Amino acid sequence: MQAESIIGTSVPRKEGRDKVTGRARYIDDISLPGMLYGATVRSSVPRGKIKNITFDPGVPWNEFVVVSAKDIPGTNCIALISDDQPCLADGLVNHPEEPILLLAHPNPHILPKAVAAIRIEYDPLPSLFTIEESESQAEVIWGTDNTFKRFLIEKGDVDQVWAAADYIVEGEYTTGAQEQLYIENNGVIASFDRERGVTLWGSLQCPYYVHKALMKLCHLPEDKVRVVQMETGGAFGGKEEYPSMIAGHAALLAMKSGKPVKIVYDRMEDMAATTKRHPSRTRHRTAVSRDGKILGGEVEFVIDGGAYATLSAVVLSRGTIHAAGPYFWPSIRVRARAVATNAPPHGAFRGFGAPQTLFAMERHMDRIAAILGISPVEIRRRNFLKPGQTTATGQTIREPIDMGRLLERALSLANYSEKKDSLRRDHQSATRRQGIGIATFLHGAGFTGSGERYLASVVGIEGCADGRVRVLVSSTEFGQGTKTVLSQIAAETLGLDYSDVEVAQPDTETVPNSGPTVASRTVMVVGKLVHSAASGIRETLIAAGLLSEGYSRDAFLKACAAYVAAHGEFKSWARYEAPPGIFWDDEKYRGEAYAAYAWAVYIAQVTVDLSTYSVSVDDFVALQEVGRVLHPVLARGQIVGGVAQGIGFALYEKVVWQNGRMQNSQMTNYIMPTSADLPVIRVYFEELGNVHGAFGAKGIGELPMDGPAPAVVNAIADALGTGFDSIPLLPEDIFSAVTAGGLDTPPASQGAR
Amino acid sequence: MTADHGRCEVAMTVNGKAAKVCAHPMERLLDVLRRDLGLTGAKEGCGEGECGACAVLIDGELANSCLIPVLQANGASVVTIEGLAREDRLATLQQAFVDCGGAQCGICTPGMIMAATCLLRKHPQPALDAIREGLSGNLCRCTGYAQICEAVAEASAHGEER
Repeated sequence: MQAESIIGTSVPRKEGRDKVTGRARYIDDISLPGMLYGATVRSSVPRGKIKNITFDPGVPWNEFVVVSAKDIPGTNCIALISDDQPCLADGLVNHPEEPILLLAHPNPHILPKAVAAIRIEYDPLPSLFTIEESESQAEVIWGTDNTFKRFLIEKGDVDQVWAAADYIVEGEYTTGAQEQLYIENNGVIASFDRERGVTLWGSLQCPYYVHKALMKLCHLPEDKVRVVQMETGGAFGGKEEYPSMIAGHAALLAMKSGKPVKIVYDRMEDMAATTKRHPSRTRHRTAVSRDGKILGGEVEFVIDGGAYATLSAVVLSRGTIHAAGPYFWPSIRVRARAVATNAPPHGAFRGFGAPQTLFAMERHMDRIAAILGISPVEIRRRNFLKPGQTTATGQTIREPIDMGRLLERALSLANYSEKKDSLRRDHQSATRRQGIGIATFLHGAGFTGSGERYLASVVGIEGCADGRVRVLVSSTEFGQGTKTVLSQIAAETLGLDYSDVEVAQPDTETVPNSGPTVASRTVMVVGKLVHSAASGIRETLIAAGLLSEGYSRDAFLKACAAYVAAHGEFKSWARYEAPPGIFWDDEKYRGEAYAAYAWAVYIAQVTVDLSTYSVSVDDFVALQEVGRVLHPVLARGQIVGGVAQGIGFALYEKVVWQNGRMQNSQMTNYIMPTSADLPVIRVYFEELGNVHGAFGAKGIGELPMDGPAPAVVNAIADALGTGFDSIPLLPEDIFSAVTAGGLDTPPASQGAR
Repeated sequence: MTADHGRCEVAMTVNGKAAKVCAHPMERLLDVLRRDLGLTGAKEGCGEGECGACAVLIDGELANSCLIPVLQANGASVVTIEGLAREDRLATLQQAFVDCGGAQCGICTPGMIMAATCLLRKHPQPALDAIREGLSGNLCRCTGYAQICEAVAEASAHGEER
């Protein structure tokens, strides 16, 4: 066998050639014979009873297929965690843009007029639009108390620490909704016939989520629902749970019409109606000793889940566990709630709750430092989690992580100490201020707690007639490099060339359920299963006497081809098994929250223009430990792309709400960073050795979303001497704060004593 | 151009070949390329000229085809992403995008490569700032643009055409 050579090298992206030539086929590039186009009639009010629906007689409705809740063959819900979200509103709407009716017609250009020709009258009901309004329970809009889920983490006896504390530092931090803004909008095509049931092709992350949802909605058995992922033009979590909704709509239209139906949203519909990052509020109260040691603290974390439960409980879980940051807390209590409002449900977005609580933690660390009169570097250095210590959930850190060393390296790369002085001294003027800020953080890889055990993912490797192999997974490619890295792992395991491996198109008829493509789990968890399944192929060939250890690539190809010729099908399967000694208590939220963590130190340098109040990020250092880097180009691409989204989260991307509806649902007025807005993002990896994933890799995808916002806002605070605790932080927000409070006032020191 | 239920005939050169279509004059060039000519490389990202996923070259100038009524392209030479590779050989820029990681999800890539093609034709040796400025009309949500800019610099170092 060849020496390890494919892992760690930047082989060409599997589907790269198709993507640069325009040959890659996305859902809107597909047309089926006789296909109709679908459209969605949505609610115009945030909450109310549907009183009456009238169809304008000027429209030839007999040409249209019209679907309402009454046409649903199965259960009217989008099956996910709790089945509270209807596929089509039936008598009652709970948020603006809630789907009520579906239309299909052969001519897509006629549809907008038809949608506009349907008048829906409502009996309005009182509605809630903010976390505070939901907490007030002035109106109960969900369950008995507007609360989707609660978590409580308790470590030690935090009630005992306040008396002994030299300082008690309090702060409240909020983050806004953020649109995933994948450049390809949500879209699917569904077809139906009695023999084969429903087939669904779409832009999506999780084929088996859609499969499960369609079975329940359409009342069809497992083998009568087939879901196929097409090339997917960005997702970031925005195509984790939402595709089940649009897929359900297309399937209902296809079942009623007997024809294939395509639904592809335009940008305004996609932005207004689909999920976004959960808005959040985090309150910290922390006991600190004079020498800068955290003694204990209380954290209260609340997210706005929108009108239905969807994934809010899981987002809340990850946010709750990450609320303590990469620090050692002798005692801590984290109380968390996901509450209901009359907005479209918020959902998965890269980071999944962690960017919210880590923004709060990292701003709070700077607040503690300011109050104690020590540096932001020092407060972190004195409180980092070390191997052998326990996290908030009581998980013992066994990885050989040294956050102090990571911090030193990042400071040196950013030339921090010199800049910290010189920026303050030499680069401040009446028109501009400069500053530098730090964020140190961690991100758990894979599903939380028992999640991976419940998923019990399965991966297959198929030996083909020509001796090459195919990877069979439902894990999807949407830019991160799933196909490429899983092929590298299989090739390396089998001693093959990268080009000897292909990855099957995710199609529930032909691939096993390797779990959803979320939670930074693909390389670490699925990659490890690819390694196991590939090892099974090799062992089978050796046991069959077709191959001996130390074989060459050619010998493998011959042996594999011979096996297939003799036996027909040749597949090897691997199923996830939890590593021994892993303990997690779902009730008490104690134990091993994640199999592994990625660790990072990010440093941002900014200029605030005091005539326009705009902020430019001038330098950005992103240093992380993600285990072994399997593909340097893809890994760096993940980090830079995540940092760009994080800078957008902090400085540009503001969802403007009015009565639960997004007012700026266009790329013209919801602003994401362009190539001219971003600094050179300098990416560095530290590899400390890890045993968890395939060839030592951990999760990477979400990590870079967590750190940029606090690093940038800490830098702005450094520049202006004024703390900001809410993002997005747009020029008008900085203007208001600066004109109200003036410059160079120390950060607010509520609760200091 | 003859009227046919409000339609007209539009003659263009698309990727070097003559193309005639019968379409409503105000139909978007993007739709005509994708539906009538089967050139689905250009994508719709926003439908309002903000994202550049639908960018093509019209008589050598970069244009968002979602904003161009097809009649406006009558008599013009249109180049789409499908017109860059010579048979199986990728254009220098396309190869550089593959090598440098310039394409992740790939949905912005056709428009981005058309913008970069236009940039390099006008400025064969652009500095990094010029690349960033030149591509700032094309949105990418995956890459943070670094590897896209590196691909353009790489292609520039090799010369635009192989």
